[in-house]
Amino acid sequence: MVPINYYIILSAVIFMIGAAGFLIRRNVFIMLMSIEVMLNAVNISLVAFSHYLQDMTGQIFVLFIIAVAAAEAAVGLAIIVSLFRNKATVHADKITEMKG
Amino acid sequence: MILISVLIITAKNPVNSVLWMLALFFHIAALYLFLNAEFLAAVQLILYAGAILVLFLFVIMMLNVREEITGKRFMKGWPIGIALVVSVMLLLYFPISRLIHGPVGQYTIEAVKAETNAKTVGRILFTDYLFPFEIASLILLIAIVGAMVLAKKRT
Repeated sequence: MVPINYYIILSAVIFMIGAAGFLIRRNVFIMLMSIEVMLNAVNISLVAFSHYLQDMTGQIFVLFIIAVAAAEAAVGLAIIVSLFRNKATVHADKITEMKG
Repeated sequence: MILISVLIITAKNPVNSVLWMLALFFHIAALYLFLNAEFLAAVQLILYAGAILVLFLFVIMMLNVREEITGKRFMKGWPIGIALVVSVMLLLYFPISRLIHGPVGQYTIEAVKAETNAKTVGRILFTDYLFPFEIASLILLIAIVGAMVLAKKRT
């Protein structure tokens, strides 16, 4: 049986790759996709804990996280569409309206 | 899987990025099967690979960002971002390596197998977690309305 540590380390590494993608990419699409990657990494660790602690709560939580991720993707993409309509760019560093 | 997630955040074209993410989601679904979560594996494939990624692809195609592909991929301060992430990773490594197994619950593999995974998840979802379930439906409703309001053309 694979130790639970391996799953948690995998989850942490994927979460950190998602965080890195969110921080360093200029394209807002890929920033949004990085958020999805991070949510999936958390789901891996929740399911792993649910299996190893023999409790179904983790799987229920993953269901809720998937529902919230779907809502978040829809709203995020709508924001990108309206942003692109106003600014005609998908680069996060070209959006400087809030700069003092 | 780690290689695939690195490819997601480094791909030049957003469409390639979406396709790599599809591969990542399939791998995660397989991982759920290893962890005896068949229902979640199905939900992962249907919702993430089927719905969310198609939504991403659709918006990328719709906006036609072909001229955006050329040019710099990364932010100006990308070494700072990488350093931050690596330091948090090191910080996370110590608690993970000292993980202590907690007390186990009542849903052993045999108990879940006797009732089937989907049935168990459904029973708990509609009894113990009924109120969070209703809140989730409300969140989805608000997301539908919010997405339509945001994406609507200004008159």
